[in-house]
Amino acid sequence: MPPQSRLPFEKDIAEMEDLLARLENGADPSLGVSEEVRRIRRELMNLLRKKYSDLSAWETVQVARHRDRPQTLDYVELIFEDFVELHGDRAIGDDRALRTGFARLADFRVMLIGHQKGHSLKENNECLYGCAHPEGYRKALNKMRLAAKFHLPVICLIDTPGAYPGIGAEERGQAQLIATNLLEMSRLPTPIICVVIGEGGSGGALGIGVGDRIAMLEHAYYSVISPEGCAGILWKTATEETKPLAAAALKLTARDLFQLRVIDDIIREPLGGAHREPREMANTLKAYLLRYLRELRNIPIPELLEQRYRKYRRIGVFEELTAPQPVAASSAAQA
Amino acid sequence: MLGPRKISNSESAARPKRGVPEGLWIRCPQCKATIFRKEMENRFNVCPECDYHFYMPAVARIRQLLDSDSFEEWFTNLRPRDPLNFKDRILYADRLKAEQAKTNMLDAAIVGKGFIRGRPVVVGITDFAFMAGSMGSVVGEKLTRAAEEATRLRLPLIFVSGSGGGARMQEGILSLMQMAKISAAIGRHDQAGCLYISILTNPTMGGVAASFALQGDITLAEPGALIGFAGKRTIWNTVRLELPEGFQTSEFLLRHGFIDRIVHRKDLRTEVARIVDYCGH
Ligand SMILES: [Zn+2]
Repeated sequence: MPPQSRLPFEKDIAEMEDLLARLENGADPSLGVSEEVRRIRRELMNLLRKKYSDLSAWETVQVARHRDRPQTLDYVELIFEDFVELHGDRAIGDDRALRTGFARLADFRVMLIGHQKGHSLKENNECLYGCAHPEGYRKALNKMRLAAKFHLPVICLIDTPGAYPGIGAEERGQAQLIATNLLEMSRLPTPIICVVIGEGGSGGALGIGVGDRIAMLEHAYYSVISPEGCAGILWKTATEETKPLAAAALKLTARDLFQLRVIDDIIREPLGGAHREPREMANTLKAYLLRYLRELRNIPIPELLEQRYRKYRRIGVFEELTAPQPVAASSAAQA
Repeated sequence: MLGPRKISNSESAARPKRGVPEGLWIRCPQCKATIFRKEMENRFNVCPECDYHFYMPAVARIRQLLDSDSFEEWFTNLRPRDPLNFKDRILYADRLKAEQAKTNMLDAAIVGKGFIRGRPVVVGITDFAFMAGSMGSVVGEKLTRAAEEATRLRLPLIFVSGSGGGARMQEGILSLMQMAKISAAIGRHDQAGCLYISILTNPTMGGVAASFALQGDITLAEPGALIGFAGKRTIWNTVRLELPEGFQTSEFLLRHGFIDRIVHRKDLRTEVARIVDYCGH
C-alpha cells in the first residue's frame, strides 16, 4: 500500500507490510515462497486481526474515510452487471456527489443511489468529497419515484461527510430537499435497502437513508454530527485530543448503532478493512443485498410500509412516567 | 394522553429566560434602541421601534396563539434519559437537570390540543430556552405522538419551531433518527388529507429545519428569523467567502421560494385561522 494511504495508527502494520513487500520482490520465484515470507504473512495477519477487532471510535472514522476504501462506483464495477446512470434532477443540475441510475445485481433490476467521493484529488474536487447539494437530493428522490413506478427496489449506498455547507446549497434549499426526502422515503411504495459503506454524515446521509433494511459495513460510522463539529462545539476546539473524545462520546460505530437498535445488520469487512480487499468486500455486500432483495420482494407493499413506519416509530430512549407529572415540581426536586 | 395540563392565559406573560435579559429596560439587538420591557412584552415580545421579534417561551406562545384557556397539554410524562452516557466537559445528565431547573420544562417541546379562533388544532412547540430547542428522543416522540393524534382526530397540525441546534448531539444517532420518525408521522397525517402548518421562528436550523419544520403544507415564518441547514460558521469554514446580506433569514428564504408567507407575530392567530378555513372539509 502506498505510504500516503496509511493510517496514523497503523505504523507497525505498515512496517511489516513494507518488509513483506521487500522480501516478496527480492525473492527468486523459482524457489517458491520462503519460510520467512510465510512467517511474516502470518504475523501481519495476526497484527491486523488484533488491531481491527478493536478499533477505537476515532480510528473507525479514519478507516471509514480511507482514500482507497471502495465507493459507490467501485461497487458498480465490482458487483453490478450494468449501470445506466441517470443524471437529471429536473431543476438545477447534475450533482456529482450523488449518483443514481438503473443497475442489475444478479437477476434483480434495481435503482441504485449512492454518494461518490472520488479517490484522486481531481475526482474529489468534481464530487466535492461526497457532499451533495439540494439538486443531488432532488435527483435521488426523482429516481426513487421512478423506481417505485416500475416496481424496482431501491439500493442506497451512503458515504458522505455531510450535505454540502455552502451559500448555493442554502439558497437552493438544502434543508428543504432533505426534509422532503425523509418524508417521501418513509412512504415510497417499493423496497429500500440502505447501507452505510463509509461515512454516514448526519442529515446528508439520512437524506438517502430511510428504508426497510439499514446496514453498516463493519468499519463505517454514522453520526448526528462529525467528530470535528462536535469537538468544536462541546470542547470549544477540534484538536487531535478532542476529536477522539467526541468520536467516542457520539457512539457512532456500527457496533454502537446495532446496540442502540438503529441499524439492522453489520456487514463484515475483510481483514484490515474494506480498502485492503475491495473485491472481497464487494462480494460480501452483494450477498447481503441479494438476501434482502429476495426477502423484501415477497412482502406486500402495504405491509412493507407498515413495517417501515414501525421501524422508525420505536427509535428513541426516554422515560415515561406513569403518573401525570407536575412539571414545575419535578424539576424543582431535581435541582 | 396522560397528564393534561392547563396553561392559563392569566399567568404573567413572560418569565425571565435566555434571549430576553431581565430589567426594566432592554436594548433591542436590531435597532439598538433602549425600550421599555413592559411595552415589548405587551406587543408579544416584539420591539415597538423596529418590529424585531424577540424570543418567546413556548408557554407564552401558547397563550398568544390559542384561544383563552383552550389548551390541553399532552404527554407531559415524558422525560429525557441519557442513552449514550454522554459526557463532554460536563455530563449530559447534569446538563439536563440544569436546563430543567432553568426552564421548568422536562424537555424542549410542548404539545397538545387547543383552539385558534374557535378552530380545533393540535399544536407542538419547541422552546429555544431548553438546550437551544434541539431535538432528542423526547422532542421527537412528543411531536410524533402529536402528529399521530392529529391524524387520528383528523385535525390540523400546527408546529412552531425554534431550534438553534437541530438534532441534539448528546443523544447522538438517536437524535438524527427522530428526524426520520417525525417525518414518517407527518407523512401519514398528509396521507390522511389533513392540514399541517409549519411556523418557523428564530432560529430554525439543522436537523429540525431538515425535517418537520420544512414539511408543512403551508410554511410560515416570523420576520427576521434565522432559518437554514448549515451554521454560518460551518459555511464560512468551507467556502471562505463573505456571506450575502440577510443570508438565511426568513426574507431570504421567501425570496428563494421556500416559505409561503412571512407573518408578524401579532397576526399569526388570524393568519392561521384564515388558512385553516381554506383547507377544512
Ligand atoms: Zn428594535
